[in-house]
Amino acid sequence: MSGTAMRLRGLVRKETKQILRDPSAILIAFLLPVVLLVVNGFGLSLDARDMRIAVVIEAPEETARGLLQAIDASPYLAAQPAPDFPAAEAALTAGRVRGILTVREDFVPRLRRDGAARGQAALAVNATDPNSARLLEGYVSGALSAWLVGEARERRRLPSGGIELAVRDWFNPELRSTAFIVPGVIAMVMTMTGTLLTALIVAREWERGTMEAMLASPAHMAELIAAKLACYFVLGMLSMAMAMALAVTVFDVPFRGSLGALGAAAALFLVFALGLGLFISTLARNQFVASQLAFLTTMMPAMMLSGMLFDIAAMPRWLQLVTFLAPARYLVSILQTLFLAGDIWPVLLPNLAGLGAAALAAIGLTLLVTRRRLD
Amino acid sequence: MTALVELSGLQHRFGTAQALAGVEATIAAGQVTGLVGPDAAGKTTLLRLIAGLLRPTAGRVTVLGHDMAHAAAAAHPQIGYMPQRFGLYEDLSVAENLDLFADLHAMPQAIRAERIARLLSFTGLAPFTARLAGQLSGGMKQKLGLACALLSRPRLLLLDEPSVGVDPASRRELWAIVTAMLAEGRAEGMGVVWATAYLDEAARCDRVLLLHEGRLLADAPPATFLAPLQGRVFRMTVPQAGRRSIARAAARDPAVLDALVTGDTLRLVLREGAASPDPARLGGSALESVPPRFEDGFVARLAPSSAAPSSPAPTAAVSAVPASPPAITGEGPAIAVRDLVRRFGSFTAVDHVTFSVGRGEIFGLLGPNGAGKSTTFRMLCGLLRPSGGEARVAGRDLLLAPAAARARIGYMAQRFSLYAELSTRENLRFFARVYGLDRTAQSRAIAEALDRFDLSAIADAPSRDLPLGLKQRLALAAALLHRPEILFLDEPTSGVDPLTRRDFWTRIGLLAESGVTILVTSHFMDEAEYCDRIGIVSQGRLRALGTPAELRARVRSPDLPDPTLEDAFIALAA
Repeated sequence: MSGTAMRLRGLVRKETKQILRDPSAILIAFLLPVVLLVVNGFGLSLDARDMRIAVVIEAPEETARGLLQAIDASPYLAAQPAPDFPAAEAALTAGRVRGILTVREDFVPRLRRDGAARGQAALAVNATDPNSARLLEGYVSGALSAWLVGEARERRRLPSGGIELAVRDWFNPELRSTAFIVPGVIAMVMTMTGTLLTALIVAREWERGTMEAMLASPAHMAELIAAKLACYFVLGMLSMAMAMALAVTVFDVPFRGSLGALGAAAALFLVFALGLGLFISTLARNQFVASQLAFLTTMMPAMMLSGMLFDIAAMPRWLQLVTFLAPARYLVSILQTLFLAGDIWPVLLPNLAGLGAAALAAIGLTLLVTRRRLD
Repeated sequence: MTALVELSGLQHRFGTAQALAGVEATIAAGQVTGLVGPDAAGKTTLLRLIAGLLRPTAGRVTVLGHDMAHAAAAAHPQIGYMPQRFGLYEDLSVAENLDLFADLHAMPQAIRAERIARLLSFTGLAPFTARLAGQLSGGMKQKLGLACALLSRPRLLLLDEPSVGVDPASRRELWAIVTAMLAEGRAEGMGVVWATAYLDEAARCDRVLLLHEGRLLADAPPATFLAPLQGRVFRMTVPQAGRRSIARAAARDPAVLDALVTGDTLRLVLREGAASPDPARLGGSALESVPPRFEDGFVARLAPSSAAPSSPAPTAAVSAVPASPPAITGEGPAIAVRDLVRRFGSFTAVDHVTFSVGRGEIFGLLGPNGAGKSTTFRMLCGLLRPSGGEARVAGRDLLLAPAAARARIGYMAQRFSLYAELSTRENLRFFARVYGLDRTAQSRAIAEALDRFDLSAIADAPSRDLPLGLKQRLALAAALLHRPEILFLDEPTSGVDPLTRRDFWTRIGLLAESGVTILVTSHFMDEAEYCDRIGIVSQGRLRALGTPAELRARVRSPDLPDPTLEDAFIALAA
């Protein structure tokens, strides 16, 4: 066996035993992703569920009651009948409801009339939070359209008048924000676990003085790094696989791409994250500073600049350029494509190239700084 | 003799701090070269430079013909390096650690098994191969580190303070292992560099590089340090009661270079060419010539030369201003410990320890790391609840009456708890406030401390920049601001140079004479000599109790006519 092979074998054995014996690596690789996924996957849902609205029906009739039931049937809305507008207004002011739907006296008669006439209803919304207000508007008009279509089918005739706008929501027909967010959270989780794994573990070697002993041994820096990367790569991939399984089973996110493309993206991204961790631990050399740096350099860009929460296209131009420096951006784009759309290579390839460049940069930087040894 | 290491014009800086200034030396094969000096002298920096872990700011390190700044990798297969901190994996077993190092040196299976087996039997680790390294005792850890460093049969073995904190028996075993391996490897041109702050270890080396504040003071065989002192070292019997004041008086005598209390005798080193003084004049009896020790040689090199007439002996540098007496309260012993027990789970850290310390006495708890000293200490300070027995300080149980009792205690930690960014005066003010001194008392106490501890000149310097000795003096001054009756010291002078140590203990002696009770914990045999009485602790139990002279007398035998405290420790701790 050649010297390098024997040294690598020894180092890989050592890392493996340490991973198996030291609970912190297992905790970071498997518990941290579960906690982050559950907290963010459920907590970061952008959908409002069961938003309460007061419904004032000025002319109670069978059709109007059907409308009330239709609103209540929407998972996003909860209808609360109110006797009159002032009572509903009081409820809105007190914050008990988010909006008021007023169904006019002549709603049903006008609806039934042929020609250009339409049923009229008024919606007052608490717009303190504009986003929720917009959502509520959407949900209410959606519920009304659904009811209208049902009504029409029942009466075997099409609703008349106006232009019919046919809207179809592609990729995420249920408009569930979870399906959009969970891939983003996976990207965030992988950045953090990948970086923390190596940052903490190598910083501990510096703290305990074992790195000093390794550096004075015949092992080359490249061998030390290769052995660490290999072992933590396997651990990181397992962690990634577990996060994917959670996404598909617990969060019910569809997966439409191929495992091969996913594996390639995950592998490139892990090499970047592990490399960044090695780089951080070489600079910090103590576990506390290393963990702080790992959080700062991974969590922030992954949340703010990856497009996971905030649409990159909506950012100012200069900030859009900055996002190219956050490798999480490429991973988020790839994961969202693979989960919701499929293997769309024109989207995947440039992003994979971005990840590859980030991985090379992280490893290159690490080799550059560690060559300087103790000083 | 072939040169293993050549150091030329070697300088190293960390930022603005000069760690090494112009070291020029050659380290030869076939011998143990001692790298000797107090803490912060530059020993670790020099070893790391030799190991190629640091690049020198200026100058050259050549190991076996390789320039370590550029070609360290070429030399590494021939170097065995044992860092100061246990550089092994605590979550790997003894056998796994050895296997890892064998792999790193790409050692063929054929010779691996035989070599590991031999080193295991040599170090006495054979029964513990399956034990995790983290669960070994301090001495065993060091032996494992040594075994890993020796595994590849290195030409150059670099050992960074292998014996710090290790029990004296293991310390001797480490030395025996190293010398035996050297004897075996001598034919292949092996050499050892052994860094240490223990001056008795220096005396056993074949050659000594003496470092002090980054400078190479000497590069010579230890005998060279002793030769000029032949006939200048005497032992004088002194009465037990007044021995410290006699020592102080002797130190001021123009003929005396160094006066050191050791048990019931006074060790005198005379200045060059001085006639031996009349013992009666110094307050003692029977002057007896003794062989010089390495420490005498170090003191002689550090001390101001006799040519300067106004310079008193180092021990006399302490102004003889008596300490302000503390407000002594209550009756009976200052510290009373009876059947004290402390368990952590199934492990008994302190096992039925009983002792008492009289007022104005200097009492030392002596033992290796992990013997139970710190645990006892914490219980005395009221920081830890005993599992059994009783610990009373100044007549009180600190656990029951903490605040009032703690006001009577001063504490100086091993790593002095000073604020690096604050100046001397600011540090003192901070501690005065912490102890609740009112404004006028604060000003008085601070002025007194600056004066009594000779800190006025550095009153406004940030304590970060102070040399180790001054930091220590400041820490002591801070611990005494509130005039405690009892002073706790945790390894106060381990690793400091002998002059600083003498200065410190002279002050402590003055304090004790003014009625302050001193409790010292240490693993450092030299510190024990300054105590009135010591208790030897090992594995949680108090093994022996007595004055240094009594303990030495207990192990005196025809084979060992003049035992050291370390001999006493090894015999009594077993």
